[in-house]
Amino acid sequence: MTAPHGRALLHLAAALDQQAAYDAASHVELAQLAERGALDFVTLGDTFARPGLDALAVLSRVAPATGRIGLVPTVTTTHTEPFHVQAAVATLDWVSRGRAGWHIDVSTTEGEARLFGRRHAAPAEALWQEAGEVADAAARLWDSWEDDAEIRDEATGRFIDRDKLHYVDFEGATFSVKGPSIVPRPPQGHPVRIVDATEGPARRIAARYADVALVRVAGPAQVRAIRAELRDTAAEFGRNPDDLRVLAGLTVDLGDGEHAAEPGHGGGGPRQTAQGPLYRGGPVDLAELIAAWHGADAADGFHLTPVEPRRDLERLVNGTVALLQHRGLFRTFYPGSTLREHLGLARPANQYAVAGGAS
Amino acid sequence: MTVRPRKEIHLAAHFPGVNNTTVWADRPSRHPTTTPAGGSPSAERLGGPPSRRPSFGSQIEFASFAHLARTAERGLFDFFFLAEGLRLREHKGRIHDLDVVGRPESLTVLNALAAVTERLGLAATVNATFNEPYELARRLASLDHLSGGRAAWNVVTSSDAFTGENFRRGGYLDRAHRYTRAAEFVATARELWDSWTPDGLPRPFAHRGRHFDIAGEFTVPRSPQGHPVIIQAGDSPEGREFAASAADVIFTRHGTLEAGREFYADVKGRLATYGRAPEDLKIMPGVTFVLGDTAAEAQERAAEIRRQQISPQNAILTLEQIWGVDLSSYDPDGPLPDIDPDPESTLVQGRVRVADPFEVAEKWRTLSREKGLSIRQTVIEASGRQSFIGTPDAIAAELDEFVQTDAADGFILVPHLTPGGLDEFVDRVVPLLQERGAFRTEYTGTTLRSHLGLAESVWKG
Repeated sequence: MTAPHGRALLHLAAALDQQAAYDAASHVELAQLAERGALDFVTLGDTFARPGLDALAVLSRVAPATGRIGLVPTVTTTHTEPFHVQAAVATLDWVSRGRAGWHIDVSTTEGEARLFGRRHAAPAEALWQEAGEVADAAARLWDSWEDDAEIRDEATGRFIDRDKLHYVDFEGATFSVKGPSIVPRPPQGHPVRIVDATEGPARRIAARYADVALVRVAGPAQVRAIRAELRDTAAEFGRNPDDLRVLAGLTVDLGDGEHAAEPGHGGGGPRQTAQGPLYRGGPVDLAELIAAWHGADAADGFHLTPVEPRRDLERLVNGTVALLQHRGLFRTFYPGSTLREHLGLARPANQYAVAGGAS
Repeated sequence: MTVRPRKEIHLAAHFPGVNNTTVWADRPSRHPTTTPAGGSPSAERLGGPPSRRPSFGSQIEFASFAHLARTAERGLFDFFFLAEGLRLREHKGRIHDLDVVGRPESLTVLNALAAVTERLGLAATVNATFNEPYELARRLASLDHLSGGRAAWNVVTSSDAFTGENFRRGGYLDRAHRYTRAAEFVATARELWDSWTPDGLPRPFAHRGRHFDIAGEFTVPRSPQGHPVIIQAGDSPEGREFAASAADVIFTRHGTLEAGREFYADVKGRLATYGRAPEDLKIMPGVTFVLGDTAAEAQERAAEIRRQQISPQNAILTLEQIWGVDLSSYDPDGPLPDIDPDPESTLVQGRVRVADPFEVAEKWRTLSREKGLSIRQTVIEASGRQSFIGTPDAIAAELDEFVQTDAADGFILVPHLTPGGLDEFVDRVVPLLQERGAFRTEYTGTTLRSHLGLAESVWKG
C-alpha cells in the first residue's frame, strides 16, 4: 500500500500521562522515546484536581533533554491569570527554541473552584467563552513585542524601540489585561494552541483559535464530519481552514501481541468508552487503522494516549510508527526544528506590526 | 575568650536583569582616561583581558541562563536567582527604553535549568499579590520535585494599581495588607506542602483566613525539601518582621560594613520572638563586583563600568525619578536643579518609589556642591549599590570580613554582564575563599536547604 497521491502529511502525537509520576526522569525517558519516533509532539495533561505535577513545569524540565519534539502541556484558563499563563507558555517556547504548544482547557468543577476560593463553578459554555478570550489575549500579548523590538542603539542609549512594543488593552467578560508582555515575542511567534473539540462548547473556540483540534470519537466517519464542521466554522471566523490541523484522539492499549488482542476492537476499530474511544490491539493493526482513517480523509493525524505509557509508547514507536514510515506515510526525521514546522503551519504575522504599529 | 569557628560564606548568582546594572552595549570607551604606567586603555579592561573578555549576550535565550547557572554551579554556589517584573516600567507615560527589558517567566526557566544543573539551588521571584496560594504552591512543589530538592521562592509584593492592570485581581493593596496577604500566602502554601504525609498519602486541607478561604486536596506529594526555601527581599520594618517570622533567606542591600552589622543584628534579634534561632535565617545582600589585577586597575574598570551604566540619558532619567518632574532641558554635565521635587508625581510608573524625595534631593545637591560634581557624576557617585572592587585577594578578604564579623551570611552576586559576568569571579575569587577556609570545596548535600545549612523542614501534619 502506498500513500494516496497528494495526501497531506500525517501528523502523530502522543500523551505522556502516567499514574503517580512525580520525577523528571520518567518523563524525559518517554519524551525521548517519542522523539525517536519523530512524532510531532507530546502532550501532558493537567488539572488542579487530580494528583500530578504542574504539566508546564514538567515539559520545561524535559525541553533541554530533547531536541526536536513539540512539547504541549495542558494549562487551564478558569482559575489562572491570563498574563501569567501567556508568559509561561512563551517561556516554554524560549527554553525549547520553538517547540511549545498549549493545550487549552477549562476547570468545570466546584471542587476546583474551592481550591482558589475566588469564584464558583460555572457552566462549560461560559468557561469556554472565557477560554477563547484567554487564547485571544495571549496571542495579543505574544504579539505585544514585535520581533525586532530589541535594538540596542548605542547612539541614543535605547535598548528597545518602544514603538515596537504595544499595549493590548484587552477587555474580556471576566478579565482585562493592559500589556505589553514581560516576555519578548517567542520563537514561534505564537506557540501552537490545541483544543479538544470533542464536546460542543469547546468546538467553536477550537475553530476560532486552535492550530490543532483534537476529536475523540470512535469512527472515521464521525471524525470526518466534525473535521468538516471545524473547517467550516474556522472559515466563518475568517481563517484559512488549512491552518487548522484536526487530529483523531484515541486511547490505545497495544497489549502484548502483534495483532488485535480483542477481536472486534482491534483491527475492527476502537470502541467508545466513557473516557473516549479506546483502541485495543497490536501495533500493526493500529498502523492499518491510522493509514485507513488518514487515507479516508477523516483526520490530519492522530493523538494517541497509551494506557501503559512505557509499554505502549515503545510499541507505538517501534511498531506502529516504524511501519508507517516503511510505507512512506510518516516522516523518518524532522526536516524542521519548530513545532509549527512539524505541523506545516506558518509562523503567524504580528497583528500589531501588520496594523502599522498603532497600538 | 573562645574562638568561634569560621563561618562558611554562602554565595548566590543573580541573573542580571531589567535595570541599569547591566552593561549591554559592549561599546568602546567614549571617555578615555589616563591609565596607570604600563596599563592598556581602560576600555579593554572593562571585562578583563581581551582574550577572555565576556560580552553581552541575549537576555532571553536559554543558552544565556544555562551559562550563568552552570558557572554558578562550577563555583559551588548555593543558588541561582531570578528577579521578576509584571509590568514594563513607564517614564513620562511611555515605556522606558534605556535599560535592558524583557525576560522569561522565572519558574519555567528554572525548571529548564534543572535539566542542565545538578546541585545548584533555583530561586524564583514570584509576586504574592498577583498569584493564588494553591497554584503557586503547586508550581513551587513541582520545581522542587523536578530539581530533586533545589527550589526557592523569593516572596515579593506589589502595591500599585499600575501592575494590577495586568491581572484579574487588578486593584491596589496598601502596604500593610500587602504584607499580611504575603504572610498568609506563605503560611497557606506551607499548609498545602504539609497536607501530604511523609509516607505519601494526601489529606484534605482547609484554610480559612482573612485573605484566603480555600479547601480541597493538594495534587503534589511532599517534595524533597518538604518546603521549598523561602526568600524575602526588602528592608522595610514590615519586610524585616515578615522575614524574621517566615523566611529562610533575606535578600538585602546593605552596603557598608557598619550598616550591614546593624541590619544583621536587628533582623537576627527579631527571630527569637518567633521561636527561631539566628542561624535559621541567612542574610544575603545583593552586591556587584569588579576585579582587577591591581587595585588601581579595578578602580579604573569600575569607573568605566559606572560611566557605561549611567549614560547621560540615564543620569537625567534617574534624577527625574527622584524629582518627579521633567528635567530633560538640564545638561547632564551641568549642576543639579534647584527646583523642588513633586511628591505626587506619576512621571515614573512601575519602579519602587523614593521614600522622601525632598530628603534625597537635598542630599544629592549637598553631595554635588561639596564635591563639585555634575548631574551625571552625582548620579554615578550616589546611586551605586554595594560593590566590591579590587584584586581577587582583596575582594576575597573583604567578603570574608563581612561574613566573619556578622555583617552578612553571604552574598547574592549581581554581575554586570550577561551571561559571562560571573566567570572571572568563579575562576579567580572562589579559589581564594576556599584557601581561606571560608567556602566549600564541594557540595556536601543535594538540596538547597543543605547548601544553606538550614534544618530540614519538619512535617506538621
